[in-house]
Amino acid sequence: MVPRAPTLPPPARTRRVARPAGLLLALAVLGVCVLLSVSVGSRAIAPGEVWNALVHYDGGYDHDVVRSLRVPRTVLGVFVGAALGLAGALMQALTRNPLAEPGILGVNSGAAAAVVVASVVLGLGGTSLVWPAFLGAALAAVAVYALGSRGRSAATPVRLALAGTALAAVLQGLVHGIVVLNDFAFDRIRFWQVGSLVGRDIDLFWQVAPFLVAGIVLTLCLGPSLNAVALGDELAASLGARIPLVRALTAVGIILLCGAATAAAGPIWFVGLVIPHMARIVTGPDQRWLLPYSAVLGAVLLTASDIVGRLVVPGAELEVGIITAIVGAPVFIALVRSRRMAQL
Amino acid sequence: MSDTLTPRRRTGRPRRSPRGTVPVRPLQGRMSFLARPRTLVVCLVLLLISALTLAVSVSVGDYEVSLAAVPGAILGHGEHLDVFFVQGTRLPRALTAAGVGAALGVAGAVFQSLSRNALGSPDIIGFTSGAATGAVAVILVFGAGRLEVSLGAIAGGLVTAAAVYLLAMKNGVQGYRLVLVGIGISAMLSSVRDYLMTRAELTEALGAQIWMIGSLNDRGWAEVVAVWTAFVLLGGVLFALGRRLRFMELGEDTARGLGVDIRSTQIIAFAAASALTGAAIAVAGPIGFVALAAPQLARRLTRSGGTTLVGAAAMGATLLVVADLVALRALAPTQLPVGVVTAVIGGSYLIWLLYTEWRGGRA
Amino acid sequence: MSTNGHDGTRLHGHGLTLAYDQRVISRDLGVSIPDSSFTVIVGPNACGKSTLLRALSRTLKPADGQVHLDGEAIGSYPAKEVARRLGLLPQSSVAPEGIGVADLVSRGRYPHQGFLRQWSAEDEAVLTDAMEATGVTDLADRSVDELSGGQRQRVWLAMVLAQQTPLLLLDEPTTYLDIAHQMDVLDLCADLHHNRGHTLVAVLHDLNHAARYATNLVVMKEGAIVAQGTPSEVVTADLVEEVFGLPVRVVPDPETETPMIVPVDRRPQRA
Repeated sequence: MVPRAPTLPPPARTRRVARPAGLLLALAVLGVCVLLSVSVGSRAIAPGEVWNALVHYDGGYDHDVVRSLRVPRTVLGVFVGAALGLAGALMQALTRNPLAEPGILGVNSGAAAAVVVASVVLGLGGTSLVWPAFLGAALAAVAVYALGSRGRSAATPVRLALAGTALAAVLQGLVHGIVVLNDFAFDRIRFWQVGSLVGRDIDLFWQVAPFLVAGIVLTLCLGPSLNAVALGDELAASLGARIPLVRALTAVGIILLCGAATAAAGPIWFVGLVIPHMARIVTGPDQRWLLPYSAVLGAVLLTASDIVGRLVVPGAELEVGIITAIVGAPVFIALVRSRRMAQL
Repeated sequence: MSDTLTPRRRTGRPRRSPRGTVPVRPLQGRMSFLARPRTLVVCLVLLLISALTLAVSVSVGDYEVSLAAVPGAILGHGEHLDVFFVQGTRLPRALTAAGVGAALGVAGAVFQSLSRNALGSPDIIGFTSGAATGAVAVILVFGAGRLEVSLGAIAGGLVTAAAVYLLAMKNGVQGYRLVLVGIGISAMLSSVRDYLMTRAELTEALGAQIWMIGSLNDRGWAEVVAVWTAFVLLGGVLFALGRRLRFMELGEDTARGLGVDIRSTQIIAFAAASALTGAAIAVAGPIGFVALAAPQLARRLTRSGGTTLVGAAAMGATLLVVADLVALRALAPTQLPVGVVTAVIGGSYLIWLLYTEWRGGRA
Repeated sequence: MSTNGHDGTRLHGHGLTLAYDQRVISRDLGVSIPDSSFTVIVGPNACGKSTLLRALSRTLKPADGQVHLDGEAIGSYPAKEVARRLGLLPQSSVAPEGIGVADLVSRGRYPHQGFLRQWSAEDEAVLTDAMEATGVTDLADRSVDELSGGQRQRVWLAMVLAQQTPLLLLDEPTTYLDIAHQMDVLDLCADLHHNRGHTLVAVLHDLNHAARYATNLVVMKEGAIVAQGTPSEVVTADLVEEVFGLPVRVVPDPETETPMIVPVDRRPQRA
């Protein structure tokens, strides 16, 4: 018999209907969020006017706000959210660790350290900071993963989280050392450090867009192989999955997605952690469904958080990174407390 | 065969104590203890190192005091300027470093023992993060002075510790849950802190940032008294609980089977260790990684199975005194905050620790 | 009042309702451990064997009912007092990293020690004795991490033995051991029971081991005790089928004459 990727136990009939329906529903919710995101803010703009701004641009103030502010930030939110949700799901699949997440695994700190070093040592600024952020995120991801995949057994969730935390501590020490000696760098980093969708140049988005798209397409194709990897290395290999290849491709996907998202919006915590767990409630463990769900729901969470951030403090805005951390941490703690985690 | 309740006494058979221990039984055996010579030697060597480092850091600086003149200057003899620099600024700073280090070392050892996890230090279980957030809030929102900042730090730390403990509790407190809940809470608090930083004036934010890294600059005799008082009182409580903590490392069921009163030990130890960490942070800011690294290093050096509180205290003091000297002199005349040095050294050490443990397959 | 409870045994429980959180495992359970017996608790997976043992050792506080030790409610004793009468080897014991064998065994002396009396000559004699009885004397200076599963289990037994309690409670002491080491541990238990007069209570998985070694067998199903008595009284084909849902034949053990179960061959008849 030709070995092939395992098919999971046949899903219950309800799930067979629920999954596509749920995905459509999630897309519909995303549509609503996008619509709200371009209309809501310190200046409310009617949906009809938004449409006009896009199709029949008249150069008026409202149209200008829509085209130059709201649309870029919405597009950024959708892509960054999708990338983070997807990256989280991939990290959790690859490490078989329900706590894997770009923030916890030190990717954010890697990007932050690189940004500080680049702006102080190389004197870079503006959109050119994208590349160091990208590189820093990628290096940190590689380092933590390398640390985490050593040893005979797969790294336990706690150890992997700790490897991330340790790396983050070293990098943060470096960042702190530099910024206390350099006011200019400090001023830059303190704003960059809070993940946000505003004040980021749309040009910056266009720079990273190819990586985001490549990462999303690549990883959505990996679902079936990841299903095999989820059974454990030995079983997966005996089923004919090419483990090293799958792992390498997944790692490349994660680095593309995390690096690009972090470079575009700054560090955003918890989207990658929470979203896959929410998606799993509907999809079960099947990666073929989990990955697209995570992407769509990630986009929903980030755009919705951004809208909330605009409304919660009258006359001011809360950065989206703060909203996601405040929403995400309780979910994380609830997960840790749940019985299922106790077996890890 | 004889009754189990009275041990059989056979002459000529060597009786054993555990490896590396020597029984000490004064007063005809009415008191008895198990001494560990290796632990004793390690502690003495560490004390010697910190004393020497302390002497060096008291002597060097823009104004040099010769090492020979240091002992006299400490006691108030010798040249006027020597005495002024040594007694007025350098000695209190170094003693503060030693006290803060010892306090963090003990507290870290207790947290690690309670969570039965090498990574269960106050840095990781959220205490430090809570203290930092409390202090930053005080600095940025109320713009208050050092005393208020210290109180803010202690309040923030204690509230966070209580929250982490309560949230981690479910059929008792398990180590991994304590660590993970701490990571979650820390992340939330750090985003609040980042938010406050973006809303503040640059100079204020910079001040808060320096406080948050942890620093020993300008610490005087008031800080020395504060941190050593806390160390003696709270450290004393913890040393008294040390035996029970070692037994609790065998696992909750086993410890209970041996008659260890688990719940009360847990609560008292957690509270005392939190308060001690709070005192250290109030004095020097949240200096990272001493609490995490010191107990681990002490344990490896003393080769004792389980935690050694005394060793952790000695190691913590040594680490911080040395790190402070590095922070003072590495980029002289610029002074680095000591927290930068400990984070880089401690974090690298932790990575090395994880690396070697994984290589050994002990995951 | 005598030192024994009203039904004549040192350790017994009445009207026990045992639960984790809201999940009730057993209701209104009564059990009494005959003095000087080797009592073995058996039953299918998740029938509440370990839960009962945890309740008897006051590791789990019953939601209702009382466990009595020497005539008093077990909860009314100071923790160390219980630990001088009743030793427990739990399923999940973790040796701190790098701890030495003698050091671990010496931890069993805790209930006999005080703040000013941390390592008396008697502690030392008992430690030597406990290691000898379990055959770990030669391992004394090794680190527990380096030992095999069977050796490690013997070290834990030595620790409980150093506690010098007349009652010993063992939760699945043979799990994860190969057949030779299982026999080692069980022989050791039998020796403790027979030659040293300990009362033993053990949870075991293997019904044949239980029938061979126990003097008193407690059979549980779904949180309730369905039979108790000597193995030859209790182990019948009907009972095993009722409790485990497995048709068996009961034959005498060719070595010990105790009942031995052999599953009925359910495969289709071969030519």
